[in-house]
Amino acid sequence: MRLRQLALSAALALAAAATALSTGLAMAQTPVQFFPSLTGRTGAVAPNATPFANGYADYMKLVNARGGINGVPTLVEECETAYATDRGVECYERLKGRHGGATVFQPLSTGITFALMPRLATDKIPMITSGYGRSDTADGSIFPWVFPLLGHYWIAGDVVLQHIANKAGGWANLRGKTVAVVYHDSPFGRELLPIVQRRAEMHGFQVLALPVPPPGVEQRAVWLQIRQQRPDFVVMQTWGVMTATAIRQAVATGFPRERMFGTWWSGAEPDLRDIGADARGYNAVMMQHGQARDSEVVRQILAQVHERGQGTGPRTEVGDVLYMRGVVGAMLAVEGVFRAQERFGRGRHVSGEQARWGYENLNITQARLDELGFAGVLRGPIVTSCRNHVGTALTRIHTWNGSGFDWSSDWLQADMNVITRMITASSESFARDNNVTRRTEAGC
Amino acid sequence: MGFFLETVFAGLMNGVLYALVALGFVLIFKASGVFNFAQGAMVLFAALAMARFAEWLPQWLGFQSVLLANVIAFMIAAALMLVFAWAVERLVLRHLVNQEGVTLLMATLGITFFIDGFGQTVFGSDIYSINLGLPKEPVFILESLFPGGLLINQDDLVTAVMAMAMVALLTLFFQKTGTGRALRAVADNHQAAQSVGIPLGRMWVIVWFIAGLTALVAGMIWGAKMGVQFALTFVALKALPVIILGGLTSVPGAIVAGLIIGVTEQLAEVYIGPLVGGGIQIWFAYVLAMVVLLFRPQGLFGEKIIDRV
Amino acid sequence: MFYRENGQFQTSYQADQQIFPVRQDRLAILALIAFAFVGVPLLADEYLFRAILVPFLILALAAIGVNVLVGYCGQISLGSGAFMAVGAYMAYNVFIRVAEVPLIVALLAGGLCAMLAGIAFGIPSLRVKGLYLAVATLAAQFFFDWLFVRVPWFTNHSPAGTAEVSNLGMLGWSIDTPLDKYLFVLGFVVVFAWLAKNLVRGPIGREWMAIRDMDVAAAVIGIRPMYAKLTAFAVSSFIVGVAGALWAFIHLGSWEPLAFDINRSFQLLFIVIIGGLGSIVGCFFGAAFIVITPIALNQMLPWLGALAGVRISTAMVGHAELMIFGALIVWFLIKEPHGLARYWSLTRHKLRLWPFPH
Repeated sequence: MRLRQLALSAALALAAAATALSTGLAMAQTPVQFFPSLTGRTGAVAPNATPFANGYADYMKLVNARGGINGVPTLVEECETAYATDRGVECYERLKGRHGGATVFQPLSTGITFALMPRLATDKIPMITSGYGRSDTADGSIFPWVFPLLGHYWIAGDVVLQHIANKAGGWANLRGKTVAVVYHDSPFGRELLPIVQRRAEMHGFQVLALPVPPPGVEQRAVWLQIRQQRPDFVVMQTWGVMTATAIRQAVATGFPRERMFGTWWSGAEPDLRDIGADARGYNAVMMQHGQARDSEVVRQILAQVHERGQGTGPRTEVGDVLYMRGVVGAMLAVEGVFRAQERFGRGRHVSGEQARWGYENLNITQARLDELGFAGVLRGPIVTSCRNHVGTALTRIHTWNGSGFDWSSDWLQADMNVITRMITASSESFARDNNVTRRTEAGC
Repeated sequence: MGFFLETVFAGLMNGVLYALVALGFVLIFKASGVFNFAQGAMVLFAALAMARFAEWLPQWLGFQSVLLANVIAFMIAAALMLVFAWAVERLVLRHLVNQEGVTLLMATLGITFFIDGFGQTVFGSDIYSINLGLPKEPVFILESLFPGGLLINQDDLVTAVMAMAMVALLTLFFQKTGTGRALRAVADNHQAAQSVGIPLGRMWVIVWFIAGLTALVAGMIWGAKMGVQFALTFVALKALPVIILGGLTSVPGAIVAGLIIGVTEQLAEVYIGPLVGGGIQIWFAYVLAMVVLLFRPQGLFGEKIIDRV
Repeated sequence: MFYRENGQFQTSYQADQQIFPVRQDRLAILALIAFAFVGVPLLADEYLFRAILVPFLILALAAIGVNVLVGYCGQISLGSGAFMAVGAYMAYNVFIRVAEVPLIVALLAGGLCAMLAGIAFGIPSLRVKGLYLAVATLAAQFFFDWLFVRVPWFTNHSPAGTAEVSNLGMLGWSIDTPLDKYLFVLGFVVVFAWLAKNLVRGPIGREWMAIRDMDVAAAVIGIRPMYAKLTAFAVSSFIVGVAGALWAFIHLGSWEPLAFDINRSFQLLFIVIIGGLGSIVGCFFGAAFIVITPIALNQMLPWLGALAGVRISTAMVGHAELMIFGALIVWFLIKEPHGLARYWSLTRHKLRLWPFPH
C-alpha cells in the first residue's frame, strides 16, 4: 500500500520535472519577431500592471493587423512574475531563446530590472526601461544594452520642480520654501532624491524626505509630520496602494491636493478612481502621454483588435494612462525593429543585437508618430544615440478633476544641463566600481 | 502638545483596528491551538466577497439602495466565511490533530496561498470599493486651547466605534451564551471538554467562523478606508506584534496590546523616526514586542508557559 | 538484495563512526557527486543551469542552515531572509572595499557577519520559546529590510541604492558561464552539506537535538542551553549568510533588499518542513519541490487546458498555480508531516529488505 503511494508520487514528480525540463526546447517556425511580456497580473501589483500588459499586447496585435513589421509578424508571449525578482529571472531565462530569440525585454519591476541588467551583454538582448530603472542608464556609452526611452526619474523630478517653480513665479521664489518628498522606501523610491536635492542646493529650498515602507498601507505618521512641518509642496514617488493611501491621508489631514505632485507611476486611474472627487486637484507629471481615449491609435486598436474579438483586456480600459504606457512601450519596441531592418534587411527577422542597434539609432519624427496614430499623444522627435539612450526630455503635467484628467501645463523640457552632469558623474562611478570601459564613438 | 495629542489619538485609532485583526488570531489559537497565518488572506477574501457582491447585487436584482446592497453583501460574505470554516475543519484540521505547532503553521500558510489564488480567481485582482458612507473630511476641535485645533478624523471615530462594538459583542457571546461557554471550555483543555461531551470538530468550525466574521468586519473597515485590494493581507502582519505582546491566549491582551502598539508605533515614527531617517514604523513594533518578551516570555497577559519534564 | 550490509564488518572505531558506514551508501554518494560534477554539465542546457539548478542548490544550502536551527535545535526562526541579506551585503562590502580579496574569502566573510547578526538576534531564544520566538525573529527580518535601504554605506553610496558585482573569479578561473556558476555553487554545497552532516552527528548536534526534544531535561543533565542555542543560531546563520551571498553574487548579480524579504523566509521554512525537519538530505528534496513545482505548474497548466480545449489566461495560470501550490502543501503535511525525507528513509528501509516484504 505504502509502496504504491510511493510509486505514484515518484511518477508524478518525474512528470513534473520532465515538463519543467522540456521548457528549453525551441520550436522551428516561420520567422516571427518575438516580444516577451513579463506581466504582473496577480498579487499586489495587478491593478496597475495589468493595463500595461494589455496595452502592450493590443498594440502588437495592431501591428500585425497593419501587416507586421514589413511583413514579419509580431508574437507576444506572457510570463507571470507578480513582480517577484526570482520569478522574473526564471521567466527571462525561459523566454529569451524561444521563437527565434527575444527581441527586447521590458520588465517594469525595479528588482527584476536590476537582476536582468548583468545578463544582457552575455545574452545580447536589449532592455527598454521606459520611465523606470536607473537614471544613469541614459548614458549608453556605459550601459549599451539598457534604454530608458522617453524619460527616467531625474527627468520627472526636474520637471515637477520646474512646474512648481513656474507656479511660484520663478526659481528665486522657491528660496526658503520646503518641498516634502514622500517616497517608496526602496531603490525605486530613492531614485527621485538626487535630482530634488541637487535643485535644492541650486535654488535654496528645503527638502523634507519622508520614506514610506512598502506596501505603504499605513501612512498616518508621515502625514502627521507633514501637518506639523507644513511643507509648501509634496512630491510623491509612490506606486500602487501607497499612492491612493497618501492621497486619502492628505484628505484626512487637510493637505491641499493642488500642492501634491506625483511622478508618472503615481498618477493613474487605479490610484485615483476610488477616491473620486476628494482627490480633485492632484497633479502628476506624465512621460509625454496621459489618458488618450480620443487618440487615433486608440480608435485603431478598438476597430482592428477589439472589434474582431482579439482584445487582451476589457474595452473600458483602452486609452487609460497605464494602458497607453503599454501601447507606447510596444510602439518603441517595434520602431526599433523597423530601424534595425533598415540597416540589416527589410522584411527579415531581427536579432536582439541588431535590435539594440535599432534602439540606439532611433529617429522617430512627429510625422512618423502621426502616421502611427500618436498625434497629440506623443511629441517628437525621439532621437537616440550612443550617449543618449533617452531620446527626448519632454513631459507634461495632468491634473485629476474627479473623474478624469486634464492637462494643466504646456510641454515642459527637463533641464539637460543639470541632468546630464549628474548622469555622467553617476555612470562614471559605476564604470569605476565595475571595471567597465566607456565606449568611444567609434565603438558605438 | 497639540501635535503629541494628535499622534496619540491617531495611534489609538490604529490600535483598535489592529486589535480587531489580532482577535481573530487569538480566538483561533485559544480554541484549536493553531496559529492562523491565513488570517490576512481571510481578511482580503471576506472583504472581496462583500465588495463584489455589493456591486453585483444591484445589477442582478435591480435595486438602488447602497445600504441594502451592503447589508445583503455582508450576510453573503458571512455565509461564505462559514462555508470556509467548515471546509478548513473538514479538509485540514481534522487530519492534522495533534501535530506540532510548526506543521499547523505551515498548513495555514498553504491555506493562505489557496485563498489568495481562489479569491483572485472568483472575484478578480482589481481594486474594489466598499462604500460605507464614512465622512472623509477632518474635524478640528479645541481650537481655543491649541493653535490650529486638534485634528480628528470622523471616519476613524466611526470605525473605532464599530470595532469596539464588535469586540463587545464577542465578549458578550463568550460570557453569556452556551456556545461561548463551550468554546471557552475547549480553549482551556481539549480533552476535558471532549470528556464532558462537547463536539470538538463543531466547536472548531464555530471558532473559525467567528474568526472569519472578525476578518470580515476588519476587512470591511480597512477596505472602506483604502479600497479592497491585495495589500489588505499585509494588515495581518501588523497584528502579529500585537498578539505576541498581549499573549497568544488572551483576548483582553490583544485589545490592550493593540492600543499600546498603535500608540508607540506612531510616537516612534514621528519623534524617533526623523533622527534615523524615517520609515522605522514597520520594525519598531516587532522590536518592542521582542524586548517585552525578554522580560515576560509569555507576553503581557498570556498564560505562563509551564514545561513539565 | 542489493542494499544488504552482509559481509561488511567495521574493524575500528573510526570505520564505525564514518559518515557513510554502509559501502552501498558510499558508492551511491560518490556516484551522485560524480554525476553532479560531470554528468549534469553534459546533459543540462543553459536554462536548466540558470533558472533551476543554481537556485535549487543555493536554496538547498540555505535550507540546510535553517534546518540546523529549526529541525535540529527546535528554534523556529522566521528571520532567515534577513540573515541571507546580511551575508549578501557584507560579502559585497568586503568584496569591493578590500583590495584583491579572493571571492571565497568575501563570501565566507559575509557568512561570518551573518553569524554575528544571528547570535545577536538569537539571544531572545534564551527566554522566549515556540511561536513567540517565531514572531520575535520577524523583528530581525524587518529591521534588516529597513537597514539596507536606509544606510547607504551598505550599498557603497550608490545612487540607485542597489548593489552589483561583476568579474567574479577565483585562482584564475573566471566565473562567467552558467556552467561555471553551477560548478562553483555545487562545490560550496557539497562542502557545506558534508560539514553540516558531520556537525549534527557529533556532540554539538546531539546537544541541539536534546534541547529540541526537551530543553529543561537537557539543562538538568548538564547541557548548557545558552551555549547550545547560540551555537545553533551561529552555525545556522553562517550557512544561511553564505547562501545569501551566493544568491546575490552568483544567481542575481545585481540585487535590492526586497530580494530577501519575508517571502524568502517563508520559502525557506517551507523547504525545511516539506523536506523534513531534522534531515540534511530532506533539504535537497524540499528545495527541488519548491523550485520545480511553480515552474512545472506554469508549463503544465496551459498544456492541460489545451487538452481540454480551454485557453487559460496568464493571470488564471498564476492564480491556479497559487491554489495548487497551497493545496499541495496542505496535502503533503497531512499525508506525511515528517516530510519527503521520511519517504526517502522508508524507501531505503524497503530496499534493504527487497525483494522480501519484511
